[in-house]
Amino acid sequence: MSIDFLPDKPIYQQLIDRILGDIMRGTLATGEKLPSVREYAVEVGVNANTMQRVYKELEQMEITETRRGQGSFVTEDQEKIIALRNEMKEQLVTTFLQSVAAFGFTTDEIVQCLQERGGEID
Amino acid sequence: MIELKQVGKKYGSKRALNDVTLLIPRGKVIGLVGENGSGKSTLLKLMAGLLTPNTGSATFDGQLITRRIAARVAYMSDTDDFYTYFTVQQLVDFYVSQFEDFDVVKAKEILQFLNVSLHSKIKSLSKGNRGRVKIAVTLAREADIYLLDEPFSGLDPMVRDDIAKGLIRYTDSERQTVIMSTHEIREVEPLLDDIIVMRGGVVIAHESVDEIRDFYGMDATSWMVSLFKDQKERELGK
Repeated sequence: MSIDFLPDKPIYQQLIDRILGDIMRGTLATGEKLPSVREYAVEVGVNANTMQRVYKELEQMEITETRRGQGSFVTEDQEKIIALRNEMKEQLVTTFLQSVAAFGFTTDEIVQCLQERGGEID
Repeated sequence: MIELKQVGKKYGSKRALNDVTLLIPRGKVIGLVGENGSGKSTLLKLMAGLLTPNTGSATFDGQLITRRIAARVAYMSDTDDFYTYFTVQQLVDFYVSQFEDFDVVKAKEILQFLNVSLHSKIKSLSKGNRGRVKIAVTLAREADIYLLDEPFSGLDPMVRDDIAKGLIRYTDSERQTVIMSTHEIREVEPLLDDIIVMRGGVVIAHESVDEIRDFYGMDATSWMVSLFKDQKERELGK
């Protein structure tokens, strides 16, 4: 109830993206402790099972680590975060390029447009 | 685990449930949706042991469900049925006297979380605060199953949000099961693991929310609308 979710993607995936975004932007620092599953579930208004799944998948991605009895922490391994950034960047560009091709734009046209408008969102 | 096998229930000659077979595992939060009169309340009451099926069987952990299941199941009715001359404190005391699994400390904690004073008289509470008290005394029981009949209905968004947060905070989704009937699917969807859809006394679908989004690429509300459309077309085609 507390955040709006997109209708076409599982809620747990949207929450994973949200946390990854926080980590990549630095809102969640390396080594920082994440709220407990229950706390975070209450905060965003989702089922605790869903949040449990989010934490489990983040751990499997090795972006967070669980310390017994202490909770979940963002990894301190900068390499992992750099790798994540690169992977996300590649994914984003691939999706974007597919649309670019589908609409018949040339790469030059798009690059020029990106350079002109790149500063808009900061 | 609750298991219903080909359950039928009639009120006089009116059929409320027809051939309902359901398996509800432990540790799930389930939304029960469907139009008015589709059998949601009847289904909840059957699982709470307040009604007995005319045909088929309803069991909990292999035991036939009877009125005695009330010791392990916390049922919250959609009606207001507290003694209005009680204070909230007296209501809590009353619950202590009725249910062995009622946790006074938890009750007070939830009431505090929801900002309801123990000294208020039930009759002087607003509708929203009565809704808060209702969910508080229900969740204060350490039950195996919580059956909630329309916990959000007729309440303003702030109360609905409070109730949702109370539900997440004060139930343990690893070992407790929550089944709630609701019309507010869009709002309630993030709280759910599964959705059970009823129509005319029949369960027409039982799906996980993630599956609906993954497989059909839509949220629960749109999925339900398309489900009903399909059903109607099928009926017309007959």
